[in-house]
Amino acid sequence: MSLHLQCLTALAPEIIVIAAALLVLLADLAIMRGKPFAERTPWIGALAFLGCVAAMIWLALMPCSFQGAMLSVSPLTQWLKTPLLLLALFAIVLSWRARFTRHTGEYFALLLLAAAGLMLLVSSDNLLLIFIALELLSISLYALAAFDKGSLASSEAALKYLLFGGVSAAFTLFGISLIYGVTGDIQLDVIAARLRGHAFEPVFYAALVMTLVGFAFKLAAAPFHLWAPDVYEGAPTPVAAFIASGSKVAGFFVLARILLTAFPGARGAVCAGDFLPGWAPVLAVLAALSMVVGNAAAIVQTNVKRLLAYSAIAHAGYALPALLAGERNALPALLFYTITYAFTVLGAFAVVGVMEESGRGATLADFAGLSRRAPLLSFCMLVFMLSLAGIPPLAGFFGKFCVFTAVLAAPPALGLLWLVALGIAASVVSLYYYLQVVKQIYARQPDPSVSWPRPARSVQAAIALLAAMVIALGCNPDLLLGKLAELLQSPPF
Amino acid sequence: MLAWTIYISFLGAAVLMFLPGNNPRPARWAALLAALAGLACAAAGAVACREHAAAEALTDAVNAPWIGALGIRYHLAADGISLTLVLLTGIAAVAGVLFSWNVENRTREFFALYLALIGGVYGVFLSVDVFLLFVFYELAIIPKYFLIVIWGSTRREYGAMKLALYSFAGSAMVLVGLMAAFVVAGARSFDLVDLARYPYPAAFQNWAFPLVFFGFAILAGLWPFHTWAPTGHVAAPTAASMLLAGVVMKLGAYGALRVAMTLFPIGLHTWQNTIALLAVVGIVYGALVALVQQDFKFVIGYSSVSHMGFVLLGLMTLTQIGLAGAVLQMFSHGIIAGLLFAVVGRMVYDRTHTRDLAALQPMNLRQALPFAAVTFVVGCAASMGLPGFSGFIAELQVLVGAWQVFPVFAALAAAGILAGIAYTLRVLLKSFFAENDASPRDLPPLPPITLPERAGALLLLGATLVVGLWPQLLLQFITPALNSPLMLPLWKGGLR
Repeated sequence: MSLHLQCLTALAPEIIVIAAALLVLLADLAIMRGKPFAERTPWIGALAFLGCVAAMIWLALMPCSFQGAMLSVSPLTQWLKTPLLLLALFAIVLSWRARFTRHTGEYFALLLLAAAGLMLLVSSDNLLLIFIALELLSISLYALAAFDKGSLASSEAALKYLLFGGVSAAFTLFGISLIYGVTGDIQLDVIAARLRGHAFEPVFYAALVMTLVGFAFKLAAAPFHLWAPDVYEGAPTPVAAFIASGSKVAGFFVLARILLTAFPGARGAVCAGDFLPGWAPVLAVLAALSMVVGNAAAIVQTNVKRLLAYSAIAHAGYALPALLAGERNALPALLFYTITYAFTVLGAFAVVGVMEESGRGATLADFAGLSRRAPLLSFCMLVFMLSLAGIPPLAGFFGKFCVFTAVLAAPPALGLLWLVALGIAASVVSLYYYLQVVKQIYARQPDPSVSWPRPARSVQAAIALLAAMVIALGCNPDLLLGKLAELLQSPPF
Repeated sequence: MLAWTIYISFLGAAVLMFLPGNNPRPARWAALLAALAGLACAAAGAVACREHAAAEALTDAVNAPWIGALGIRYHLAADGISLTLVLLTGIAAVAGVLFSWNVENRTREFFALYLALIGGVYGVFLSVDVFLLFVFYELAIIPKYFLIVIWGSTRREYGAMKLALYSFAGSAMVLVGLMAAFVVAGARSFDLVDLARYPYPAAFQNWAFPLVFFGFAILAGLWPFHTWAPTGHVAAPTAASMLLAGVVMKLGAYGALRVAMTLFPIGLHTWQNTIALLAVVGIVYGALVALVQQDFKFVIGYSSVSHMGFVLLGLMTLTQIGLAGAVLQMFSHGIIAGLLFAVVGRMVYDRTHTRDLAALQPMNLRQALPFAAVTFVVGCAASMGLPGFSGFIAELQVLVGAWQVFPVFAALAAAGILAGIAYTLRVLLKSFFAENDASPRDLPPLPPITLPERAGALLLLGATLVVGLWPQLLLQFITPALNSPLMLPLWKGGLR
C-alpha cells in the first residue's frame, strides 16, 4: 500500500465524520429546505447520528496501526475515538428536539466537525497537526456556543470563549514556535531525541510553560478558568455538555502525549524536600489551585450550570495529578477518570437541558421537588451528582481512587501525598454543593404552579443509559480498566 | 449464610423502590419481612459459627475477584466480633421498622432508604477487603442523609448536612491512610489480612494510624469530633436516630478496631494514651452536657457520646478484658440507645409533638402512657449500668481493663458513670415522673401505644436482659476472636 493510502486508511474515521458533516449540510440545503422546522431537525439529526455510528463501526471492524505523515495511530488512540464518538452521539441525541436554532444543518455539521477535531487531536504526534486539530475543535465550538441567537448570554458566552480561546491558542502557538526554535523539530519523538542529554536552557522552560498555559486554558484549570462558568451557563445546553465532556477527554490525552513523549526528561519534581524545575511543578500548582478555586467557588453558586462549571474546574484539578503518576500508571488512571467524568457530566447537563426545555430555569430552586414528578430523571441526576462527589460504588469514586493511588505510588512513594490529601479534602467540600442539588430534588416541596418536564423518549433513554453506565463502571471498573490494560500492552502512542 | 444479610437488605430496598402505588401497608410489611430475614440470617450464621467453633479466625463467606487491576476482591468473612455486631444490626433493624410503623409520608422511599442503610452496615461488618469495607462504609452515608433531610424534624437540613459532611470527612481521612498503606506495603491486594502482614515503618504508622483511627472515630462520636451526633440524632426521625446511635456509631468503632488498630499496632501504642484521654473526656463531658439539656432527645444524644466513650476507652486498654468489654458495650449501647430513642421519638414525641422537658412536665405522661413509662424506666436502668442488663457487664469489663493500664482514667470514667446516673434520673423525673396536680382528665388524651411499638420495645428489652443475665452468649464469640492471629500484634506490640 502506498503511503497515501495508508494515511487515508488511518484517518478513515475522521474522514467519515467529516463526510457526514458535509452530507448533513448538503441534505439540509438541497432536500430539506422546504420542509417545516419540526420535521427537519429529526431527519438531519438522524443523519449526523448515522455518520458517527458509521465511524464507530469502521473503528470496530478495522484495527489500524500507523506511524508517519504527522500521524501516530495506535490501538489505544483508535479505541479512544469510540468514547469520543459516543459523547458526540449523546450530544446529537440531546439536540434532537432543540428549539434554540432553526439552522439545523449548520448546527449538526459543526457538532460533527468538532467531533472530527477531537478524533484528529488524539491521533497526531506532531505539534503542528495537534494545533490544527485543536483549532478545528475550538472554532467549531466557538460557533456552536453562539447558536442560541435569541439569547444574549449565548452570544456573550461565545465571545468570551472566542477571546479566551484565541489568547490561549496564541500562547500554545508561541510555545510551539519556541520549542521548534530550541530543538529544530515539531515531531514529538524527535523533540525528545534532540533534547536527550542536553542541559535545558531557560528559553526551553519558557516554551514549556507557554504550551502548558495554552492547554490549561482549554482544560479550564485555574487560574485560566475564567471563561468556563460563563460559557457553560450561556451556551446551548447540549453544546455546553459537549464542551464539558469531549474536550476534557481529548485535551487530557493529548497533553499526556506531549508531556510523556516529547518532554519526559523535563518532568522535574514537586515532592517535599525534592524540588526540580520542569512541568511537574507547574501541573501540581495548576491542580492544587483548580481544586481549591473550583470547589470554593462552586459552594456559592445557585445556577446548576455554573455549579457544574466550577465543579468541572475542580475535576480538572483532580485529573491533572494523574499526569504525574509516572509512565506506566498515568494513562489508565487518566483515561478512566476523564472518560467516566465525561459521561457523568454529559448526563448532568442533559438533565439540566430537560429542565430548561420545560420552560424552567437551571437554578437550584427550579429543581425543587423534581422527584415527585419525574422519579427516573431525579434518580439519574442523583447518580450523576453522587458520582461527581465521589461516592462509591459509582464511577466517579473509582476514577478518583485510581488517579490518587497511581499518584501516591509514583516514585518516590508517597512523594505527592500533599497533593492527594488536598484532592481528597477538596472532594469532601464538593459533597456539600452536590448535596444541595440533591436536596432540592428530593427534600423540597414542588411548586405546583410551574410546568413539569416531559422529556422526549430519546432524551430520557440517553440519560438513563448514561446513569446506567456510571453505575456499571463504578460497580465493575474492570469493564474499562481491563480494556485499557489490554490496549496498553502495545506502546500507547 | 451471613452474606445474605447484605443481599436481602439491598434486595428489599430495590423491591420497595419499585413497589407500585403509594399504599404504606405493603411497604411496611415488606420492610419488616426483609429486616426479619436479615436477622434470621445473622442468627443462623451465629449458630453455624458456634457449631464449628469458627469464631476465632475470620471465616470466609464469599471470596471472589472484583477489580482485577488493583487486586481488589469481594471478600466477606466474619469472626466473633463481626458476628456480634451483625446480630446487633439485625435486632436494631427489626426494632427500627417496628418503631417506624406510623411513617405515612413517602413510606416506600423511607423503608427503601432504611434497608439500603442496613445493607451498607451489614456490609461494613462483614468486609475483609478494606476497599470493600470502605465502599460499604460510604454507601451508608447517603441513605442517612436522605432519612434525616426528608423525614427529620428540628433543623433537619442542617443536621443532615452536618452528619453527611462529618462522615465524608472521616472517610476521606481513612481513604488517604488506606491508599498510603497500600502504596507503602507495595501490596497487590487490599485484603486486610495481607495488608496487616506488612511491617509498616514506625514513622509511617505514627501518622497513618491517627489518620485512619480518627477518621473512623469521628463516626464513633469521639470527643471533640462528636458534635454531629447530638444534632444529627435530634434532627433524625425515630428509626434513623435509633440506627444512628444503634449501629452507625458502631461502624466507626468497628472500623477503628478492625482496620486502624490491626494495621498499625506501633502507631496505636504511640497514640494510646492520647486517645484514651479523649475517650475519658468524652465520657465525662457527654454525661455533664446531658445533665443540663432541655430537649429530651439531646439528653439521649449526649448520653450516646458518653457511652461510646466507654467503647473507645475499652479499645485503648489493649487488654483482653478491656477489648471484650468494648465490643460488648458496642452491642449493649446499640440496643439500649435504640430503646431510649424509640421511647423519646416514637412513643413520646410523635404523640405530644414536643421534646421540651419543661413542656412534657405537666403532661403527666406516666399515667397517659404507662407502657412508655415502664419501658423508659427499664431502659434507663439498663443505661445506668444496673446489674442484670448488658450495660453493666460491658462497662465493668471496660473499667477493669482500664484500671490495669491507666487507673486515673478508670477513676474518671467511673465518675462519668455517676454523672450518667444523675442525668438519667433527672430526665426520668422531668419527663415521666414530674410532680403535678393536673389530673389525666384535664389533658388531651394521647393515642395509646400500638402493637408494633410494644413488640419493638419487648425485643430490645429482651435483648439487653438476655445478654445482661447471660453475657457468655456473646462473649463466647468475642473472646476467641480477640485471640485470632489478626489481633496478635495488638498484644505483642508492647503491653500484655
